[in-house]
Amino acid sequence: MKQALVLGIVAAVAWLPAAAQTADPTAAEFDKFRAIMEQDNPAELFEVKGEELWRARRGPKNASLEQCDLGLGAGVVKGAYAQMPRYFADADRVMDVEARIVHCMMTLQGFKYEELAKQPFSNETRTPEPVSLVTYVAAQSRGMKLASPQNHPKERDAYETGKAIFHYRAGAFDFSCASCHGVDDKRIRTQPLPNFTKPEQAILAVRGWPGYRMTGGLMHTLQWRLNDCYRQQRFPEPGYVSETLSALLTYVTVNANGQVYRGPGIKR
Amino acid sequence: MRLACAGLLAAAAALLASCAAPTRDYQPDALAMMKRDFHARGSAGMDRLNEDSVQAACNKSQDNPPQEVAAKLEKEQFAAIKWPADGKLTGDWKAGERIAQNGRGMAWNDKAGEGGSCYNCHQVGPGESSFGTVGPSLYQFAKKRGYGMDIQRYAYGKIYNAKAYNLCSQMPRFGHVKALTEQQMKDLTALLMDPASPVNQ
Repeated sequence: MKQALVLGIVAAVAWLPAAAQTADPTAAEFDKFRAIMEQDNPAELFEVKGEELWRARRGPKNASLEQCDLGLGAGVVKGAYAQMPRYFADADRVMDVEARIVHCMMTLQGFKYEELAKQPFSNETRTPEPVSLVTYVAAQSRGMKLASPQNHPKERDAYETGKAIFHYRAGAFDFSCASCHGVDDKRIRTQPLPNFTKPEQAILAVRGWPGYRMTGGLMHTLQWRLNDCYRQQRFPEPGYVSETLSALLTYVTVNANGQVYRGPGIKR
Repeated sequence: MRLACAGLLAAAAALLASCAAPTRDYQPDALAMMKRDFHARGSAGMDRLNEDSVQAACNKSQDNPPQEVAAKLEKEQFAAIKWPADGKLTGDWKAGERIAQNGRGMAWNDKAGEGGSCYNCHQVGPGESSFGTVGPSLYQFAKKRGYGMDIQRYAYGKIYNAKAYNLCSQMPRFGHVKALTEQQMKDLTALLMDPASPVNQ
């Protein structure tokens, strides 16, 4: 056991190009820690839970999610996450993974949006079902290249609208997303800030999400991450799985297209 | 807009066919979508989605407004600075250090007048190694620039309204939006200006 752990650490450190490149020593230390943790990621527990939920008959309609179309046809989960956000004709909008899962929970299982949006983020007592479901679906694209499509006119509109939202400065502190994520090599306190306008850094908006966050020990999705960004941006609150958030996720994911998604991750 | 498209092209040649430069300004779409999707929470009302004149000039120009536009608005912002009535611009640097450390203020669950979030973006005192790099280092602020009244006024004014000096600065306008009280801004000015402050050691 001990030997395996030591081997794991040696392997992780040897494997770590990211840490070696990081100038900031605190960030480098955390990268090392994350590499070790990722070999035994608690996110896997939520992945298993999500798979159970996917197959279980639930909700007022007593149906499973196995007929949910994530973009590659009803019931196809493998590779679907790597090709989202995308346009869905039945909803006539671009949806990110969580928006699509919530849509399926409403249409197939009969859940109400108001119930799902009431407390959509994990806390000490509860991990909402969509969080586990997102983790399961995302895990089925592990190792695949991101390919969020830009074929439908509404997918291209979502990209451009997302880009405009990303750069829109307003609120009490005059912040936009770009205030923190529009330039290279900056950090808030000791937290490095990736520049999401650049393809090679935009992958950091996708990689590691959904993620098991060591602060608080909770599983979180990108819906939570964006919600908390807007709190810190001193904006009002964005609606859960709203088009605004799908547009923002389209902007950063398309910027990261072609790069490999490594599966649910570990976050500080 | 064209820049990101170029980046896109480089990243994914497959997109080449579909990646044409956008034919219109998407900001009205973006704002309409946000107004549909957001709701007020705590201290953050929906009015915060609306641009004021400074934000509008910066949004319109990708933070690079024409010189004459910037000069005019900077002058307006400067004229709106309320200088302390007693003429004293500095307070207690120790209180200033606590305000600089405090990252709360103006978010959903915050009250006004909590913290200045200074360390989020700036190196300030030498005793704190957890500092951000979005703004320049303020270590030895007065030691490098001098302790005179002109530098005091610059420090206080910049904290009050950074946009009076550089229209599209990323720094919040702490006095202008009442995120900090006059006393808190005096204490922060002392943190930067007091010869006894650790900042100037």
